[in-house]
Amino acid sequence: MKKFGAWFQKQNMYLLVGLLMTGLAVVLGILSFFWTPYGTTTMSVAERFHAPSLRHLFGTDNFGRDIFSRVMQGIGTTVIVSSLIVLISASAGILIGAVTGYFGGILDEVIMRITDAVNAFPSILLALVVISILGSGKQNVVLSLGIVFTPSYVRIVRSEFIRLRDSDFVCRARLMGVSKLRILFIHILPNIWSVFWVSVTIGFNNAILAESGMSYLGIGVQPPDASLGKMLSDAQGYLGRAPWYALAPGLTIVWIVLGFSLLSEGVRRKEEKKK
Amino acid sequence: MKYLVKKIVTLIMTLFLVSVLAFLAFQIIPGDVVTSILGTEATPEREEALRKELGLDQPPVVRYVRWAGNVLKGDFGESYRYSKNMNQMMPVAELIGDKLPVTLLLAALSMLIIIVIAIPLGVFWARSKSKILDVSLNMGTQTAMAIPSFFLGVLVTYLFGFVLKWFAPGSYVSFRDDLWGCIRYLIFPAISVAIPKIAMTARFLRNSMLTERSSDYVRTAFSKGASERRVSYVHVLRNAMMPVVTFLGMIIAEIVAGSIVVEQVFSLPGIGKLLISSISTRDFPVVEILILYITFVVIFVYFLVDILYRVIDPRISSK
Repeated sequence: MKKFGAWFQKQNMYLLVGLLMTGLAVVLGILSFFWTPYGTTTMSVAERFHAPSLRHLFGTDNFGRDIFSRVMQGIGTTVIVSSLIVLISASAGILIGAVTGYFGGILDEVIMRITDAVNAFPSILLALVVISILGSGKQNVVLSLGIVFTPSYVRIVRSEFIRLRDSDFVCRARLMGVSKLRILFIHILPNIWSVFWVSVTIGFNNAILAESGMSYLGIGVQPPDASLGKMLSDAQGYLGRAPWYALAPGLTIVWIVLGFSLLSEGVRRKEEKKK
Repeated sequence: MKYLVKKIVTLIMTLFLVSVLAFLAFQIIPGDVVTSILGTEATPEREEALRKELGLDQPPVVRYVRWAGNVLKGDFGESYRYSKNMNQMMPVAELIGDKLPVTLLLAALSMLIIIVIAIPLGVFWARSKSKILDVSLNMGTQTAMAIPSFFLGVLVTYLFGFVLKWFAPGSYVSFRDDLWGCIRYLIFPAISVAIPKIAMTARFLRNSMLTERSSDYVRTAFSKGASERRVSYVHVLRNAMMPVVTFLGMIIAEIVAGSIVVEQVFSLPGIGKLLISSISTRDFPVVEILILYITFVVIFVYFLVDILYRVIDPRISSK
């Protein structure tokens, strides 16, 4: 009983801490569209390279801009971009996974070969290929990473549909003459959410890491859009003089990613417990 | 044997597909290569001449066959951007040959660090009974995995370069001039590559060992009077290493791709940096070959792991 208590406490902690961490980031990011403590482009020679203080929580950069405000704005971009990436890849994944998993056949075979090939590939390389074709910029980052992450969802959705396609409730629905579309999305789909949410939270993680990595390399989000990755690469040149400039965006990325991995662990445990 | 043949055929098919995609993808790109080389001021005759010279007046299929044929012969074409001397463009093979050793050295060093640290750590973790240690290792590895490679690179630069002053950031020396100095510099990027992978591998090995621990043969070994140490190292570890081998194979593939980012952080002149700069300057002959090359490495490593897996675990092939 005592062991169970400890286990119970632990599993709640994952979800709780994860929600708090990601929640704080999302709130700050959304808030940045309406309000930041200082103007994100306000420069001031007198305020260059101030160390973090109560006035400037994260200090100021080489132009005397308030880093905290800029980080907030960067979070905003990251939240929007990664949500769009997850939206695109998850919905494409559901569509393709549902159809291939339920119907099988040659189409399934072909699509599985493709997703296998894409999955085996390091995602950053694939995103680079797409970016080098489309060119950089916010929309292209969303599009390329949306494409790159689709196969991971296809895989999960497909295997769930294969598991459920011959189950009793589906056979019964089929006997009753329910349309195929309805079976796919009204009967089967709600049963896979538990597995699906875990992969969505992991997907957020991958999206954020990939987006900030590409922005760091200078082929992702372009100025004037703020981005944590770009900030970090700008800050690298002042590492000796103003380490907080690099630490602020970097630790923020770690914060968000850690939050999402705790969240996914929490969701996974919660769903496991349900079963 | 039949399996091997099937695998090799798949390997070749995949490579063929990737080469077609890598080549054709860059043929449909908006923006003409000729204009981007000559600028918009060039005369139509000059443009026509260059187009002919680059073979761009031929249909894509013809160009692909010619390109693939040349690649198979070892002729990787010429860069659009880098010139060797006044009248000649740099051959891609030479360009890559110059950068490849850096990337390979970095990958080898990282792999070495990962194996040397992760495996003992995983075993130690699986064997330890301390609750506090378990929680802190869990949190530590979780954090290590959450740090993106480029930020880890920045942190390593800051810690070892600015605080401890163990190396001077940006002072990379070529392996041709000073191999030892080059390795000494490469250790730091290798550490940044290795840290998250160490966390992953250690976690993986620990879980694998804990799973193996509940099998029958462990109970048998214990009932025969084998010591806890012997059971851990001789019985459990050997079986637990099986999935870890596959995992390490995947990590090699990830390291090769991950070097794209880390080389940028430490400004190492490897193929990752070359790839990024070629993408920015739209130097497609270089990009095509690099993508083909990295894909080849990734697929080939997976192939080897697959074969190796069957060699070390005969149960799989008999199934």
